Amino acid sequence: MKLSILVNEGPYQHQSADSAIQFTKAALEKGHEIFRVFFYHDGVNNGTRFAVPPQDDRNITDQWTKLAEEYKLDLVVCIAAAQRRGILDENEAKRQGKDGNNIAPGFRISGLGQLIEAGIQSERLVIFGD
Amino acid sequence: MAMLHTVNKSPFERRTLDSCLRHAVKGSAILLIEDGVYAAFKGTVIADKVKAALSDHKVYVLGPDVSARGMDEDNLIPGLEVVDYGGFVDLVVEYDKVQSWL
Amino acid sequence: MSEPWEDEPEGPVRKFMYVNRRAPYGTIYALESLEVVLIAAAFEQDVSLVFMDDGVYQIKKGQKTEGIGVKNFSPTYRALEGYDVEKLYVEKESLESRGMTTDDLVVPVQVFDKDQLAALMEEQEVILSF
Repeated sequence: MKLSILVNEGPYQHQSADSAIQFTKAALEKGHEIFRVFFYHDGVNNGTRFAVPPQDDRNITDQWTKLAEEYKLDLVVCIAAAQRRGILDENEAKRQGKDGNNIAPGFRISGLGQLIEAGIQSERLVIFGD
Repeated sequence: MAMLHTVNKSPFERRTLDSCLRHAVKGSAILLIEDGVYAAFKGTVIADKVKAALSDHKVYVLGPDVSARGMDEDNLIPGLEVVDYGGFVDLVVEYDKVQSWL
Repeated sequence: MSEPWEDEPEGPVRKFMYVNRRAPYGTIYALESLEVVLIAAAFEQDVSLVFMDDGVYQIKKGQKTEGIGVKNFSPTYRALEGYDVEKLYVEKESLESRGMTTDDLVVPVQVFDKDQLAALMEEQEVILSF
């Protein structure tokens, strides 16, 4: 089955990101297709490569990056929410005149239309939030 | 078309479970995850409400979230079914759509 | 020339419901969910917008936000009609328990009781919560 996931909260602050990762892993292990994982609201903070959580704890962004690499996942960070919260890729940094960018590998920044498309094209949309 | 409702907040913190139960039609299923699992146990002020829900709904609880919180599966309200993340996925596939009550 | 995130895919028309249960300003969910609805309008899906629980406060008249230094976005609800988002529902019990009537609201809505809303929810194909 073709599934999409929406993550509405940032890593660590809420369990949403962890729950989403566990669910996504389980779905992939069962052979389902993940059409897209979309990050909205504070969920965009899952996509920063500058997080340095304690060594003895999970690195949520890395978990997403590794999953994306292994399963060719489409991890999309909403551009509007990202702009508000300071998550930028190289293009956005140039456009906005910022002196750096922080998007993590495996993530891409795009519009809310990608969420709607996920809703249209997937058979199920599962939302993790607060 | 039957819906899977997920509830992720504690019934003592938020009225999410309340809102969910008020809008879940007969035959739809409810899955308690994250802090929502606190609704699944005997001896709380809302246990009767959850027990009553069983007459119209299958109610599931996410096992890993129960264990994480040090709660005892032996103390679950009888009739609730424990699933793992694989079971969560199966429920999403089995039901026609998912409504996440946040 | 459109940006990549402005391209609209062609595809089926699905019944989308946006469920708003939170008050405005205390959190960003009301504002950012409205942004989804506006972007989503371009995809010409069959959209229903539901306000229930504290969500009914989102469309309350008379919001004056200068004192809190936050932009008043309630006028945007009146623009929804222009985006062909016309199916707005408010839950009767949520209004009444908050001492409100439809006279308090900035937009015309259909008042549904909880059972009517439950039935409407069952008809949907994609349900978005924020």
